[in-house]
Amino acid sequence: MTEPHVSSTISSDAAPAGAAPRMLLAGLPSDTHTWNLVYLELRYAERGYRVRNLGCCVPAGELLEAAGEARPDVVVLSTVNGHGRVEAVPLALELRRDPRLAGVPIVVGGKLTIDGRLSAEAQQELLAAGFDAVFSGEDALTEFDRFLEARGIARAGG
Amino acid sequence: MTRAGGVTALQDFIDALDGVVACQPRFGMADPGAMRAGLRAIRDLPGPTIGTITVDAFTRERRYAKVASALAAGEPLNGYPIVHEPAEVTRGMIDGVAGPDFPVQVRHGAGLPGDIFEAAARAGIDAIEGGPVSYGMVYGRTPLATAIGAWAASAERWAEVHRARGVTPHVESFAGSLIGQLCPPAMHNAISILEGAFFLGHGVESISLSCAQATNPDQDAGTVLALRRLAERYLRGARWHVVFYHFMGLFPETERGALALIRSGTRSAAVGGAARIIVKTAAEAHHIPTLDDNLRALRWTRRCADEFRGEAPSAAALAWSEEIESESRAIIEAVLGLRPTVDGAIEEAFRTGLLDIPYCLHRDNANAARPALDRTTGALRWARAGNVPIPRDHIVQRADASSSAILDDLNYNRREHDRAARLEHHLV
Repeated sequence: MTEPHVSSTISSDAAPAGAAPRMLLAGLPSDTHTWNLVYLELRYAERGYRVRNLGCCVPAGELLEAAGEARPDVVVLSTVNGHGRVEAVPLALELRRDPRLAGVPIVVGGKLTIDGRLSAEAQQELLAAGFDAVFSGEDALTEFDRFLEARGIARAGG
Repeated sequence: MTRAGGVTALQDFIDALDGVVACQPRFGMADPGAMRAGLRAIRDLPGPTIGTITVDAFTRERRYAKVASALAAGEPLNGYPIVHEPAEVTRGMIDGVAGPDFPVQVRHGAGLPGDIFEAAARAGIDAIEGGPVSYGMVYGRTPLATAIGAWAASAERWAEVHRARGVTPHVESFAGSLIGQLCPPAMHNAISILEGAFFLGHGVESISLSCAQATNPDQDAGTVLALRRLAERYLRGARWHVVFYHFMGLFPETERGALALIRSGTRSAAVGGAARIIVKTAAEAHHIPTLDDNLRALRWTRRCADEFRGEAPSAAALAWSEEIESESRAIIEAVLGLRPTVDGAIEEAFRTGLLDIPYCLHRDNANAARPALDRTTGALRWARAGNVPIPRDHIVQRADASSSAILDDLNYNRREHDRAARLEHHLV
């Protein structure tokens, strides 16, 4: 499949070109939730990102294909169904093996466990699998914004 | 009662209740013993209850190797792996618990449901749910045409397997939920009816139509009333009832707020005449509900349903029911006029945007229609209709579709009910 099964008509296509950082956004393979993805797309489109939103239930293969086309500056996986911790580890290993994402920061965030708590050990496991950062809990978005700035991905003044 | 002659356990159970609403949780445990214990506890609650076996997310996505490896590693699953477990295990799990006085339904969320339908049928379970749009499009990325074909085949097989045993099986359309919140009710009702007609067309004669609590109680009661009238009009030949879902979106964080929201939804369901309620719990905002959370929520819903039983609709609810019914009829008539079969009509309707689910990211959805949530009353209207045949005077102008506006809208019920709960707490 060369095209993801998603219509990305939420944000306007008129995001500033050139300097606009590119964000590839996706739900984990078994996660059907989409409001998290709708919100993140709008939020970062408003901040000048060119967001490609692949929607929910994205398999690794489709994500890699989209990454090859979109050449993202950051890959954002968002999940809220409680399976994230189990599912994200092998996914990160698979994404990290692929040259199309070499050097591209990959982050995961949301509600990653069934009880909503993420132990330090689980966090370490996710980082060791290849994520550059893991965001969960109340300050997840603030921390994610700081991460984007620290990595020089955020637009100046954006 | 499950016996020969085209009798349906779930619909018979509902009919025998004579207007007393049945309460049903969402609940799934990976371990058959724990699942059985949960079903039994739900059965033993006061008032009519219906059991649910919620399937885990890996099974829903047909990632059966993941199910096996998670189970082997002792990782928790968020539901019962019905395809992984042999039919005898599932049969044994419900044996002596499920029966004519306690129907059990499988709930799953799968876009491609064949394996789950098959596993449920083999285990002797005759009630299930979903739909090619409500699960196929909203809960996955399968192309709509593929989903329609898969659901048609699953429905036909479902009807055939059960009929061979003398049972008329049941399917519930999940269209009351769609994207969970912010979809105007006329679209929910139209798709519920179209999915009902779809299942009827594929041999499933016992159907439930769903609608969900949104953000204005009178509008919600009107949605139920309208859906019942639409079913009378468009689903002749089916046995049907209406199932009401407590709010499917962001739940209040305070317990008082959550309980108030559940009470309000239960009232709308009672006023509108829903036969069955799928309950939410006070834990909704915090974690996937435990058995205890569910038992408490079922008891609370029962109390509220008893309190509001027989309450007449307000003038506002009646006015909403007429507006919603007329909008839904315009949509349904336009869709059914597109093609000779319901299957073809649904597919063409999404292609042309006559059916359009706001904010649904699926590639086959036009995603041009937008809702408008009235910040004062909570009522949901249309801000943009796209190609949905909504009368021009039903469309309200609403320019702000920013991320913060969407977040405000998504948080409406949480904000309003938490605020009221905190205020009440200070006064008491």
